[in-house]
Amino acid sequence: MHRLSPRIKIAATFLLVAVTMGFPRHPDALYWLPALVLLVLWPLARMPLGFALRRLLMAEFFILGIAILTLLAPESTPVLLSAIIKSNLCVLAMLLLIWTTPFHEILGELRRWRFPAVMLTTLALMYRYLPVLAEESARMQRARASRTFQRKRGFVWKNLSGIIGRLFIRSADRAERIYLAMCARGWR
Amino acid sequence: MHLPDGFLDTRTALLSTGVAVAGVSIALRQVRLTMQPRRVPMLGLAAAFVFAAQMLNFPVAGGTSGHLVGGVLTAVLLGPSAAVIVLACVLIVQCLMFADGGLFALGANMFNMGVVSICAGYAAFDVAKRMTRSEAMWATVFAAGFGGWFGTVAASITCAGMLALSGMAPWGLAFPAMANIHMVIGIGEGLITGLVTYAVLRSRPELVGGAQGSRAHRWFAFAGYSLLISIGLAMFVAPFASPWPDGLEYVAHKLGFESRAGEAVLVSPLPDYQLPGIGSAAAATAVAGLIGTVVVFCAAWGLAKWLVPVIGASKKNASTGN
Repeated sequence: MHRLSPRIKIAATFLLVAVTMGFPRHPDALYWLPALVLLVLWPLARMPLGFALRRLLMAEFFILGIAILTLLAPESTPVLLSAIIKSNLCVLAMLLLIWTTPFHEILGELRRWRFPAVMLTTLALMYRYLPVLAEESARMQRARASRTFQRKRGFVWKNLSGIIGRLFIRSADRAERIYLAMCARGWR
Repeated sequence: MHLPDGFLDTRTALLSTGVAVAGVSIALRQVRLTMQPRRVPMLGLAAAFVFAAQMLNFPVAGGTSGHLVGGVLTAVLLGPSAAVIVLACVLIVQCLMFADGGLFALGANMFNMGVVSICAGYAAFDVAKRMTRSEAMWATVFAAGFGGWFGTVAASITCAGMLALSGMAPWGLAFPAMANIHMVIGIGEGLITGLVTYAVLRSRPELVGGAQGSRAHRWFAFAGYSLLISIGLAMFVAPFASPWPDGLEYVAHKLGFESRAGEAVLVSPLPDYQLPGIGSAAAATAVAGLIGTVVVFCAAWGLAKWLVPVIGASKKNASTGN
């Protein structure tokens, strides 16, 4: 499934999510349909259980946040249940797509669909420099932690916002260097 | 506020995707016309920066922690149109790389956290900064903090409207819950926005502030975003906002004009519209929102004026701003 064309995978995910979204708002036998499709595709994609559960748990946080809101409304249990089933199925479908399709393939597909050039450049640069900046911020935090011993709350806030500000300055400088490098390589 | 799939119905998802696409198109046009080519890589790096900054957790009372969303911060640093594109890209990557936020809810998330939060927050930033009549550093820090809070609350209101329109929760419940929670969460966002703005201003003041296009470009952007947010409000909020006397006043409030039209909104709605139960909760929340806006405005003003010199005094050699 990893070798399948990204176009087919994206289209299939869209279809699955769209169909699931259109289902009626109460727990229904219909929900077995997308669930079955996902259960068949899961082993085919060889998606590890740990990966799926970890990501699902992350999504569950948001789902439950909104679910609590609906729980306050009277007689909303069927709506709530169906929404939770729906969103879990959709997250699983998305996870299958993500597991089998690297982001640069999705990006290539977006380029073929004439996505605006500025957005494509931004997405590509973001994809490239995300690990770099994450590493950089982790390094700054480690450096701060090894030099400071205070644990006062106000101090932590000031510290962290200092790190974020420094991170912004570094990314601005890096953007400048990237621009010069791009020009040197003939970017119009 | 990351809506997952399955909570919005198809109609709401399509409507919100429409307004989100329109908002990003305005931003793209604006960036194409006003941004210098050397700033283009900055968009990508800023998107990676916002993502990395969102991963840093700030401790809040009771062992919980919150993190930055970063829309208004990016708008203060790079200008609102660039910020809309940056946030849209962050949301796309979060959706397609981490399954964070739904595929069909992507448009809704882009509209709430991208367009509404940034435009309302930036408008609040602009108005607040003008009101200080000062070019000093504390004025920018205060305005950024206030804008961060205002943008968060504004986004939560359209988010509640979307949930109500798709029949997930009645408006009388979704609106007070979402707005009240985010009036508290927004304080964190405002504080971080202000503090980070201050950190950047202190060492590299030239990095703050976006590309200033010509007057016509700015007016086009202002008119376009205002129109778009009005349309969004008309679709997602107006159907439920019956306790208010006049949709127009509400829109004016949402767009950050409340400083000019505030008195009218404050006085009129309550006496004639005493709805029992749920309706009055929504009205009470609206009033609480107005009071909260004033309180946060004053608190941010005081804090910025008090804190900026205090922190700055300890790092005098680095303070090149002012």
